[in-house]
Amino acid sequence: MFKKVFARTKALEDVPFHFCPGCTHGIIHRLIAEAIEELNIFEQTIGVCPVGCAVFAYNYFACDIFQAAHGRAPAVATGIKRALPDRVVFTYQGDGDLAAIGMGEIIHAAARGEKISVFFINNSVYGMTGGQMAPTTLPGQITATTPYGRDREINGNPIKVCEMLSVIEGTAYVARVSVHNPASIIKAKKAIKKAFQVQLRGLGFALVEILSTCPTNWGLSPAEALNWLAENLIAYYPLGDFKIPKEEAKNV
Amino acid sequence: MAKVLMKGNEAFGEGAIRAGCRFYFGYPITPQSELAHFLAKRMPEVGGTFLQAESELASINMVFGAAGAGARAMTSSSGPGISLMQEGISFIACAELPCVIVNIMRGGPGLGNIAPVQSDYFQATRGGGHGDYRLIVLAPSSVQEIIDLIREAFDLAEKYLNPVLMLGDGLLGQMMEPMELNEEKNFFIPPRPWAASGRMGGPKRIINTLYIVPEEAEKHNLKLNQKYKKIEANEQRWENYQTEGAQLVLVAFGTAARICMGVVDYCRDQGLPVGLIRPITLWPFPVKAFDSILSLDTVHYFLSVEMSTGQMIEDVRLAVNGRRPVFFYGRYGGMLPVLTDVVKEVKKLLLEEEP
Repeated sequence: MFKKVFARTKALEDVPFHFCPGCTHGIIHRLIAEAIEELNIFEQTIGVCPVGCAVFAYNYFACDIFQAAHGRAPAVATGIKRALPDRVVFTYQGDGDLAAIGMGEIIHAAARGEKISVFFINNSVYGMTGGQMAPTTLPGQITATTPYGRDREINGNPIKVCEMLSVIEGTAYVARVSVHNPASIIKAKKAIKKAFQVQLRGLGFALVEILSTCPTNWGLSPAEALNWLAENLIAYYPLGDFKIPKEEAKNV
Repeated sequence: MAKVLMKGNEAFGEGAIRAGCRFYFGYPITPQSELAHFLAKRMPEVGGTFLQAESELASINMVFGAAGAGARAMTSSSGPGISLMQEGISFIACAELPCVIVNIMRGGPGLGNIAPVQSDYFQATRGGGHGDYRLIVLAPSSVQEIIDLIREAFDLAEKYLNPVLMLGDGLLGQMMEPMELNEEKNFFIPPRPWAASGRMGGPKRIINTLYIVPEEAEKHNLKLNQKYKKIEANEQRWENYQTEGAQLVLVAFGTAARICMGVVDYCRDQGLPVGLIRPITLWPFPVKAFDSILSLDTVHYFLSVEMSTGQMIEDVRLAVNGRRPVFFYGRYGGMLPVLTDVVKEVKKLLLEEEP
């Protein structure tokens, strides 16, 4: 007899992802879905997807879900959570969505301490529109709109979202993780789960930044992209917890 | 029922509460701020939510979230803030969610001023944001009508799953008038099988505005258009004032209509055959009012009186469709039409123009 040791999580629809080969959005989708299933919150979870590569998240997550305007997911999530405080609400946002056009919404949702879980996917470029400079593009990084490399004098500096949000009073949990190898994926899932648990315990705003690859727009093979992430993105955006709930901080 | 004295802006708030609205999201802007002040006090009394957003971009998207989750929600603002909301309003119209938006118009373009105008007519009645959509637009002209119409606004929003815009101006928002409060409505919200409120054992719901396949987008546009046609057929509202035997019919809404009622009374006292059509729905525009009045054959001219350089006149011309001449009188930038000036226009047309 065979024993079933692995099955697709029921929080994901049984449809193929549209993402490019080697893109890590698919892994992140699955980690979030698995966390939802394992925490047994599937029936009361409501997602909000962004504009960008993850806009089709509503085709992949099996829970009730909104497709928000570019950058406005935290405001939409605020409306949902205020109307239905006993539901679990999460947003899934890219770096352009959250850290450029939606910077106002994310900072104020954090400052209000909205009890939502935000998953912030940072791959340092605009993916869907063709690889333009993002707020998180590294200095010197070549993109469609920085063909000579990002020049701090001309294009300004990258934004470190976790470092910034962790000093805001309404945030309860802020962490940066990566998905470039199995060990980091396991850690990422723990952080995602924790972001939901923080919401379930009513502690405040939770954000997990997940460093992700974009082989297509980086001009790299999937394997090279994982290495590039490990060598360059993690060097600029260090991994770890930037803020943990106060009660846990006391126990450390 | 005893009459109470209330400011227009407060009447929007009290009317919303009495219509069962329990979620307000907004951002301060003159001349509508009293609406927010009022609801900041009143919402907690009825167990509702008042939330001051960081911008109008955020407040309209909070409305999108709350409405999509099944709540009766509203926001309010004035010209510049309503401009910022247009993206969100387009999304709400596309996703077919019910909500009420109040625009207490102020002088424009640009930062303009805080004086009463009607120059957001185009923005209100032509959709306002990107894409092919319509809002139901209601234009009250008294404090009593504010409180009566906002209840209807919520009902229409839910009947057609469409955002409803209420258009007032600084004068209507700021003035106090005696009015009768209607009874508080049972705010039980009918089941909303489309709301993305968590599956709770049911089927998956998606609140979406993306139609990447053109064939599907065309189908959705057609569906919306069929709804708009139904609204046009069923929901035109207007008031005829002294139109019987009128040779000159004024057309005005909101504050301008209040002034024009005075003009009509004054002219009738002088024996001048003048009447008024007061559109209450600006979209759908009350074309039927013009068809019925033209069938009487007594009308020689129409005069559109507006607090703008002439926006509604385009709809008046479309409604009249060349059957009679349509003239215009307006004041702009926050200046009000004065009775004597409108009367002068009326006399010029009635006594000098050849029919």
